[in-house]
Amino acid sequence: MTTTLIHSGAVVDPSQNLHAPMDILIHDGCIARLGQSLSHEPHEHTFDASGLFITPGFIDIHAHLREPGGESSETIHSGARAAAAGGFTTVFAMPNTNPTCDSPLIARSTLDRSRQARAARVIPIGSVTKGLAGEELTDYSALQAAGVGALSDDGRPVANADRMRRALELAAQLDLVILDHCEDLSLTGAGVMHEGVISLRLGVSGIPRQAESLIVARDGALSAMTGGRLHICHVSNIESIEAIRHWKSRGAPITAEVSPHHLLLTDERLANYDTNAKMKPPLCEESDRQALIKALEDGTIDCIATDHAPHSQQSKHTTLDAAPFGILGFQTAFPAIYEGFVVPGRWSLDFLVEKLTIAPARVVNLDSQGAGALTPGSAADITLLDLNSPWRLTEDCILSRSTNTPWLGAQFRAQAAGVFVDGRLVHASETFANRIAKARDIEQHAR
Amino acid sequence: MTVATPQHLSVKSLLAIEDLSNQDILAILDETARIKQACACNEDLRHTLPNRTLVNLFFENSTRTRLSFEIAARKLGVDVVNFEAPSSSLTKGESLIDTVRTIDAMRPDFLVVRHSSSGAAHIVQSHARAAILNAGDGAHEHPTQSLLDCFTIREAVGAIEGASIAIIGDLLYSRVARSNVFAFTKLGANVTIFGPPALAPGSFRTLGVTVARSLEEALDGANVVYLLRIQRERQADGLAPAPAEYRRLFGIDETRLSFTAPGAILMHPGPVNRDVEIDAHLLNHPCSVIETQVENGVFVRMAVLKLLVEARP
Repeated sequence: MTTTLIHSGAVVDPSQNLHAPMDILIHDGCIARLGQSLSHEPHEHTFDASGLFITPGFIDIHAHLREPGGESSETIHSGARAAAAGGFTTVFAMPNTNPTCDSPLIARSTLDRSRQARAARVIPIGSVTKGLAGEELTDYSALQAAGVGALSDDGRPVANADRMRRALELAAQLDLVILDHCEDLSLTGAGVMHEGVISLRLGVSGIPRQAESLIVARDGALSAMTGGRLHICHVSNIESIEAIRHWKSRGAPITAEVSPHHLLLTDERLANYDTNAKMKPPLCEESDRQALIKALEDGTIDCIATDHAPHSQQSKHTTLDAAPFGILGFQTAFPAIYEGFVVPGRWSLDFLVEKLTIAPARVVNLDSQGAGALTPGSAADITLLDLNSPWRLTEDCILSRSTNTPWLGAQFRAQAAGVFVDGRLVHASETFANRIAKARDIEQHAR
Repeated sequence: MTVATPQHLSVKSLLAIEDLSNQDILAILDETARIKQACACNEDLRHTLPNRTLVNLFFENSTRTRLSFEIAARKLGVDVVNFEAPSSSLTKGESLIDTVRTIDAMRPDFLVVRHSSSGAAHIVQSHARAAILNAGDGAHEHPTQSLLDCFTIREAVGAIEGASIAIIGDLLYSRVARSNVFAFTKLGANVTIFGPPALAPGSFRTLGVTVARSLEEALDGANVVYLLRIQRERQADGLAPAPAEYRRLFGIDETRLSFTAPGAILMHPGPVNRDVEIDAHLLNHPCSVIETQVENGVFVRMAVLKLLVEARP
């Protein structure tokens, strides 16, 4: 039983409309109290958060940690550390590993590995169908009992509409959400990037918007029909937004996410055949990007999720058509969006924090357990943000096993300074680590 | 060849027409004219680029382009080494980079690259010190083909500026089409395209060309008719019509040729599918400059090699 005090920071917790200088008292891994000047309360550990913002730990409901099977590009350990360095305290791991997370065994092993990592908490996602084959449904109740936080066949669609209908019916009964990768593979074909002016100029096969939007519309209809909770992953274009808007207005239980890269980049980024800008769904056009920003602002899209997708340098070091789809997301999500939207004044810090904390928690029903909020009694998952320490993203700063990010070399001013999971410090930036060391020295000296 | 080139090229490798300025293109065409003239006078140019080595690095088969580069290089006194590695027998991409790094370590002056992936020439450039000449990358570009086409048009029609050029056939999967659309529009031609809707889509309008609604409309008043073959090897099934259907809808015969402007020329990058995109007997018609294109290819490639050396310190 230990008590920790984080003092002198500014608390930003959109779930409670909080934005004020406050101290936080953590007792036994949970938040005990929030209030002004709590330093007189008895405590064993102290963290000085002056000049920093204190927010609920970020939650990423869409990530690929590659273990088991893809350990050359990421492991649960490296992924959980990279997540923490990005300010995330909880990340959901997609089941497209090898073997697939379609059994309680793999789900439990992910949870075990997560505990060993002592970084961000990793929650496994169970697959909708066995082996992501789109045919036989997995045992949802067994997966739920083993600790999966959601269901998904991400990386692939459930192509068969009837199978999707049955999956939604079953998931509805268990109150599980299906995280839906919407893609009509027949329209994707050999496509490599968004079908538009750039793909035409580059002579690269395109993927039309409809490859995504047709399945969004189809699954929206199935969600309305079954009452099954559907969450549209990585929405990329204006047509999908319109389909989501339509089915939401009809009362279907749908939510949606957008990735940092779709908010910040367009297909122009591929003009030099950069394989680190190749992902699914592909980066679309500026009009799509603007529509995504508005959709997040008006609530059509509910939250931000990274779709962190590590691929080894070797596999990305090739021609655009041969490279795998996907880019890193954990360590650039907050800094890049902060730079792109908060610095120019389009979004408040509170809005961005909301979309990274309570909003994703609601999608996966974690809010009922107090996640995404700094409320007394909930787990002390806390992120301290430093908004004024310029830094450059180099390969050396990347804690993932892969370096496939279009932001290599980019300059940022915001970063996670300190990250606490269950009240334990799991990540400290260089500046914050120095501050902690200095405080200890003074303390020891005083003794 | 005593006339000095007034200005260096703005590029140090030839990857794409899209990267070139109008000045670059015109400089290459002017140099080509000088070289062709010199060759016509039997001038010996073999001392032009002494102690230089060119490697033909072909990951995709092509006899004519490789031969054309080889002859062009030899005429300038450049040593030529040929390396053919069909991409099917190699792991894509990774071996491209490995191969390029290995060969570049032997310090050739030129790497002529052909590869089945769009953007391959860009990758090669980022891993090599040698001057890169893109001899065709996927469906992206084939710049020397376009330059020889521009030269041929200038010779046969006069100016490219203001000329009406109709490109007929599979543009979507054609690197020749892309390079030519960029070159012709840069130089001020009026370009009209037509073909099967999946292969000559309306999106080409964004590149500054007119997409015709009929073959007749495309050919109407054209000074140049540029025919492309169907790139069956690059596309998904079902996009291209069968040969007989293609000939009926898009093939050029004498009747259709009559829609063009007086003195119009007929071009094709080869190899020609006789009696599909063009009636066989039209190949020997006075309007056909298809053989001249092949001939000019050598001069254009000589010009590019020479100018790239001059552009590199």
